Amino acid sequence: MKAVVWQGPSKVDVQEVPDPKLLNPRDAIIKVSSTAICGSDLHLYDGYIPTFMPGDIFGHEFMGEVVELGPEARERRPDLQVGDRVIVPFPIACGACTPCQRGLTSLCENSNPNAGEAEKVMGHSPSGIFGYSHMLGGYPGGQAEYARVPFADVGPFKVDEDLSDDQVLFLTDVLPTGWMAADMCDIQSGDVVAVWGAGPVGQFACLAAQIMGAAKVIVIDRVPERLAMAAEHTGAHPLNYENTSVLKELRELTAGRGPDRVIDAVGMEAHTDVTAIHAYDKTKQVAKLSTERPHALREAILSVANGGTVSIVGVYGGLVDKFPIGSLMNRSVTVRTGQAHVHRYLPDLYRRIRSGEIDPTFIISHHLPLADAAHGFDIFKHKEQECTKVVLKP
Amino acid sequence: MKSTQNPERATGRLVRGLGVASLGLGVPMLLRPGSVARLAGVDDSASAPGVIRAVGARELVHAAACLVGPQRSVWTRVAGDALDLALLGHAMKTRRAERTGLRGWGKRGQGERLTRVNLATAAVAGIAAVDLYAAVRTARAQHGKGRPGPLSLEASTTVNRPPDEVFAFWRDLGNLPSFMLHLESVTTQGDGTSHWVAKGPAGKKVSWDAEITSQETGRRLAWRSLKGATVANSGTVHFAPAPGDRGTEVRVVLHYDVPGGRVGRAVARLFGEEPEQQVRDDLRRFKQVMETGSVVRTEILPHGTEAKRQFLQGPAQPNDKQPNDKQPNEHASNEGSSR
Ligand SMILES: [Zn+2]
Ligand SMILES: [Zn+2]
Repeated sequence: MKAVVWQGPSKVDVQEVPDPKLLNPRDAIIKVSSTAICGSDLHLYDGYIPTFMPGDIFGHEFMGEVVELGPEARERRPDLQVGDRVIVPFPIACGACTPCQRGLTSLCENSNPNAGEAEKVMGHSPSGIFGYSHMLGGYPGGQAEYARVPFADVGPFKVDEDLSDDQVLFLTDVLPTGWMAADMCDIQSGDVVAVWGAGPVGQFACLAAQIMGAAKVIVIDRVPERLAMAAEHTGAHPLNYENTSVLKELRELTAGRGPDRVIDAVGMEAHTDVTAIHAYDKTKQVAKLSTERPHALREAILSVANGGTVSIVGVYGGLVDKFPIGSLMNRSVTVRTGQAHVHRYLPDLYRRIRSGEIDPTFIISHHLPLADAAHGFDIFKHKEQECTKVVLKP
Repeated sequence: MKSTQNPERATGRLVRGLGVASLGLGVPMLLRPGSVARLAGVDDSASAPGVIRAVGARELVHAAACLVGPQRSVWTRVAGDALDLALLGHAMKTRRAERTGLRGWGKRGQGERLTRVNLATAAVAGIAAVDLYAAVRTARAQHGKGRPGPLSLEASTTVNRPPDEVFAFWRDLGNLPSFMLHLESVTTQGDGTSHWVAKGPAGKKVSWDAEITSQETGRRLAWRSLKGATVANSGTVHFAPAPGDRGTEVRVVLHYDVPGGRVGRAVARLFGEEPEQQVRDDLRRFKQVMETGSVVRTEILPHGTEAKRQFLQGPAQPNDKQPNDKQPNEHASNEGSSR
């Protein structure tokens, strides 16, 4: 089959690889109909996630048709059949461990066979994730014609035929991730929410914060068309950090209080217009002395109101430098984080799409054949051709 | 988790990593000293490019030493760091003097240069800390290298099943090879003893007989090898209810009386290079079998999931090789589906 394979920093190739096989009795094989490039794939693409290796297949946002089911998957979930059309949550979850049973599926304790590696970096391991480094399980990703899906009786979510791929594909990651970012803010009436990053996750975080009743949502980015998209589709107030001082502007907009809830939807490769700080972070990151460039996070922490909440869904892989712990500690700030517990949010978000309340298709800028994945990565990374989200069709 | 494991391999990796970092620093310093000077905030100094080139050449020497030389070559980096900090300290003093108006006050960009010198100094201090850590580790690793002795391993996990069920699965000793990958089989014999077969180094099998020395249903199980075992060994597992409905806390203690000499070393290798990692991975698989019905497989480990084989990880793509560790034990699978 054809698959999108990493070759090294900024190099991807579509290659012929063996077809996936059932390895566990609860596995399924999915014939992929649509798969998306995620902003977090860019951290892998650029080589900043430890233990992502040349030869690894990308992709944790994919959907398609069930073509093979292991015997135990059939037995445990009789309603899932070969031929069913499903979306696949990006965290792999067993459904039986304590975190799974408490709805924290991105912390499944059984889905990462390589948890020992993750423990060396993070102390404890989160769940396995499709196509997201060896330390998160080393599972081949879904940017391919076929994918093996472990725990098929738990993960795959059946979708109705009358909904298009584009309508439901983002239930695999970016929609629940943005939703959870806002959910972790526990928004109260009158709250002002500020979101760093107007990529797909940031767009959905803005949308979710509006739906959850925020008094005002402010979105911070430097790409004009992304800011315009957020303003148009989510009603967020755009701030372009290249034209303004974000901290000062946020003070103004909240009469000195600062936003009550702040969301980091940027992650480890933040950009800042302060050249010296960017150069410093970038130098340390390239020399592997720090894995992150946490500028958005620093700014979010400094700007949040006293007693406010910092919600982090932008992806970080390791260690950060110059972390403003003094600001956090002295001001009773709550920090909430996590890879999205997709399974927990799926039924509700699916119902909202079904009813027409949410139409997530507005983020799509490009449909490309799988064979053009390298081009897709390139324009997405450099934000060329107003690229906000690339959907690949195998 | 305690063990007599040798940390030399991890230190080796760290030293080589630092060698690569030296290479990454040295090349731009030699080729583009002007850019480096700007980044470090000393671009207005006439002598800076020459000094930076010299430092770059020195970094390449460190790189060569760390990459192909003995591990203790990392001490050369520590010495280099001290020199860099001295140079930057000099630059910082000059900048501060300018700041307070003694020299060059009012020149454009001086404030920013001071910031960059400060940042560069902080960065080098950070690097120095890592170098020193690696150097100290090499010194420790040299001491007591490769000495076999008694091997004592402890590990624990929490399994989301009731203590009686977890105990019963372990008590059925034939189940052990389904998650303890160095074991090939454990057969219970009529007289209450059991016969254990393990995969030894170089494909040789090691076998011995063992007996249960004490047990308390749902709480504790202990066994030890009988006379005649190549390596006397014993083990105890403690089971306790985990707080807050989290299932069962499982604690394992294993003892291997590893004699000196070649046999001892070979047997120590039964557990691979990282014995404590091996036991922890065994317990992880035990939890997988208890909670999900079988050992969870991934495409990157076609050579199997033993700790020593994890260094041979393939790319994360389907492959024609099946992972060659044991197929999930039939009994375990059936147990799983009945839950
Ligand atoms: Zn994603
Ligand atoms: Zn789980």
